[in-house]
Amino acid sequence: MTATKTAIDCDVHPTVPSLKALLPHFDEYWRNSIAERGIPGFESNTYPPRAPISVRQDWKGKNGGGNAATDVTMLSAQVLDRLGAGQAILNCLYGAHLPYSEDMGVAVAKAVNNYIQKEWLDRDPRLRASIVVPTQNIEYAVDEVERMAADKRFVQIQLVTMQETPLGRRHWWPLFAAAVKHDLPIGIHPGSTYRQSMTSLGWPSYYVEDYVSYAQAFQSQLGSLICEGAFAKFPKLKVVLMESGVTWLPGFLWRLSKFWRGVRSEVPWVDRPPGEIVREHVRLTIQPFDAPDDPAITEQMADHLGSDDILLYASDFPHWQFDGDDALPRGLPESLKRKILVDNPLATYPRLREDAR
Amino acid sequence: MNIEVRQADVHSNSKLKIVDVDIHPKSSVEDLKPYLSQRWWDHLVTYGARQRQGYSKGFPYPKMQPMASRRDSWPPDGGLPASNLAFMKQQFLDAYPIEYAIMNPLSPTGQGDQNSDFSAAMAYAANEFQLEGWHNQDSRLLASVVVPFEDAEATKVEVKRRAGDKRFAHVLLKTRTNDLLGKKQYWPVYEAAIEAGLPIGIHVFGTSGRPASSTGWPSFYIEDMTEHASCCQAQVASLVLEGVFDRYPELKIVMIEAGFGWMPSLGWRMDKNWKKLKDEVPHLKKAPSEYMREHIWVSTQPMEETETPEHLLDTMKWIGFDKIMFSSDYPHWDFDDPFLALPPSLDEATRNKIFCENARSLYRLS
Amino acid sequence: MASHVVAAVDEIPPGRRKLVEVAGRNIVVFNLGGDFFALNNRCPHRGGSLAHGITTALVESTVPGEYRCSRAGEMVKCPWHGWEFDIRTGKSWCDPSRLRVRQYTVTVKEGRELVEGPYKAESFPVRVENNYVVVEA
Repeated sequence: MTATKTAIDCDVHPTVPSLKALLPHFDEYWRNSIAERGIPGFESNTYPPRAPISVRQDWKGKNGGGNAATDVTMLSAQVLDRLGAGQAILNCLYGAHLPYSEDMGVAVAKAVNNYIQKEWLDRDPRLRASIVVPTQNIEYAVDEVERMAADKRFVQIQLVTMQETPLGRRHWWPLFAAAVKHDLPIGIHPGSTYRQSMTSLGWPSYYVEDYVSYAQAFQSQLGSLICEGAFAKFPKLKVVLMESGVTWLPGFLWRLSKFWRGVRSEVPWVDRPPGEIVREHVRLTIQPFDAPDDPAITEQMADHLGSDDILLYASDFPHWQFDGDDALPRGLPESLKRKILVDNPLATYPRLREDAR
Repeated sequence: MNIEVRQADVHSNSKLKIVDVDIHPKSSVEDLKPYLSQRWWDHLVTYGARQRQGYSKGFPYPKMQPMASRRDSWPPDGGLPASNLAFMKQQFLDAYPIEYAIMNPLSPTGQGDQNSDFSAAMAYAANEFQLEGWHNQDSRLLASVVVPFEDAEATKVEVKRRAGDKRFAHVLLKTRTNDLLGKKQYWPVYEAAIEAGLPIGIHVFGTSGRPASSTGWPSFYIEDMTEHASCCQAQVASLVLEGVFDRYPELKIVMIEAGFGWMPSLGWRMDKNWKKLKDEVPHLKKAPSEYMREHIWVSTQPMEETETPEHLLDTMKWIGFDKIMFSSDYPHWDFDDPFLALPPSLDEATRNKIFCENARSLYRLS
Repeated sequence: MASHVVAAVDEIPPGRRKLVEVAGRNIVVFNLGGDFFALNNRCPHRGGSLAHGITTALVESTVPGEYRCSRAGEMVKCPWHGWEFDIRTGKSWCDPSRLRVRQYTVTVKEGRELVEGPYKAESFPVRVENNYVVVEA
């Protein structure tokens, strides 16, 4: 165990065991439709359930055969008791973002949020969650935030990385307004709406390429949010990049800053260096820490990141990002560890500082 | 007003020689006319280039300076930047100790055109003109084999035609291809390059017809510029993970005008995931970063400018000083000045590697 | 430090600039609506010649989507990397506290004064009836 009882695990994934478990949380029309149309489920293809990275071997259910993280007891035992954390934020990756029908998207998002509320949050007071929203239509996404925000155990709005349009684009802004209004950061997690190919050049042959390519999509999203002026428009907006990897950030910022100095008049609302904007508004969860397991490089990377405030503790349970019970990479300075585990998450999520409910 | 041309600082750098792996002499369509058949000339003047983007003139994201060029690079006697050898010599080739400069023509070259036969005809013409119009006038200027890369068969023909011709330095692709460069449809391109003994240079830009990001079309030129790095990450990952370097161990790739700050993280990220997902890519015999280390070279420009100088050095060290080659991008606006671009703290031996030795050895220049 | 006569006032009308060499330095003199400013010609970033840059408005924004132009012609953009400098102060836009172009004091003097004073004007004849731009460098 690395973490402490006060640590906050900012990226944990509850698994919807089957569509059947979700059915009670749909309304009558959609329950009927699912049955009558033979809809097999809305699980996304982002994490093939048997792919080694999707579930760490020793975190699988009974006899290593089951899906991990399908029930609250098991998840809490692993994430909170064993790895060590006082609270965990649940990011359910079920595919509410996938349907092409806006209405179907709304139905799945509502069902997921209801399910998380009843089957997870109600069963362990240490759990928090992100609101899943139907990004097919921003108006409906805002409605869903308004519906769920009253429950203070929902601490964030969750989006997948690859969308139909870049997240800075201004038609997204009503969602950011809702986020700021309710003290909810926007959390971006690997995943795709599959409206675009996995890379800007097409569909890779291999899953490992798909997974590697999320880092590029995170770069695109961050560039978009900065350049379109989302942070200028919403000075209180916080964005959390989850499971994004972290080592690409310095190189990305060097490049963007270099161009910004020369062409900033194209986007005059970007009135300070992009790195400064990121340090104020953007946070990244620490797993996967995509550097070699070498304390010297870890330390250098921490230095390149240029701030002690931007990393948040996360185990990414049950995804396989590290072995053993220590989710923090070797080589982090002690003073930074405490910030990553406790202080930074608390500073990022205002709702963690309040009494829930 | 007099054009102020930087006085060559050769005296204080008397030993310094530079091989610049990326400059952009400009040709006009009229320059290419002698090398195009009547059929393709007529096509060009009738239908023009069809580059998988909406504008009939200009670029999908308008540049911030005309022709994306240094404002002082327009020849005083008229014409486009880098279209006039005398002025290019005065401002660049003779102003710095340039031993060789590799020409990477960007347009008009027909690369990426919707009509692949036209693309092939234009590539031939662009290559002929690099020889006649440039190299034969100043032998420091080395040509690139422009190829119609979306048509592997036509590409093979053009590469074969140039094989053994020492005036060509590498086979030139652009980064924004119709599909990922690791895909099998492009493998004949690599076979042809290896047969001809040439590295492949992949220069940023091109129009793939796909959104510039995997999450849709960005709005601004500044994003488009930044996206070149994400595009290069996708290409390098594809080349490595699809097994191109296993299949073609002699293949050498130069990533041009992409900067290099993205390289270490990409290697680490691939390694980390490869360790877990090995069984999906059994063709890989070693860690992805090892393939990068062996097969990928980078050009320097637009060189990252880090707030803390050590960060740039860390990055260069992680990539390997033997894989980094200087490029200026003359005459474009984000030109890196040879005398000022490299971190001052690099020792002379390392500077020499980056300025000339790495390129001499990769391109077998005497 | 000496005073150098670098141009007749008529030579640099409002909105124009002139590149001059003074005591071995390349200096560019701008006329902004009748006020003269002299900057080192070398961009402090990577050495581009500011005399070859465009002069343009200051572009600002208080809210995304707004492009507000003011002070037409008072910003010079380096011809290479496009960095903007305030001609009145020499300060860069992107990092005004740390990065600026060296400025020189400029005055306009009547030819009459110059004929008498300790001024250097080797390159052209000074006429008593004209006004001249004088750079201290």
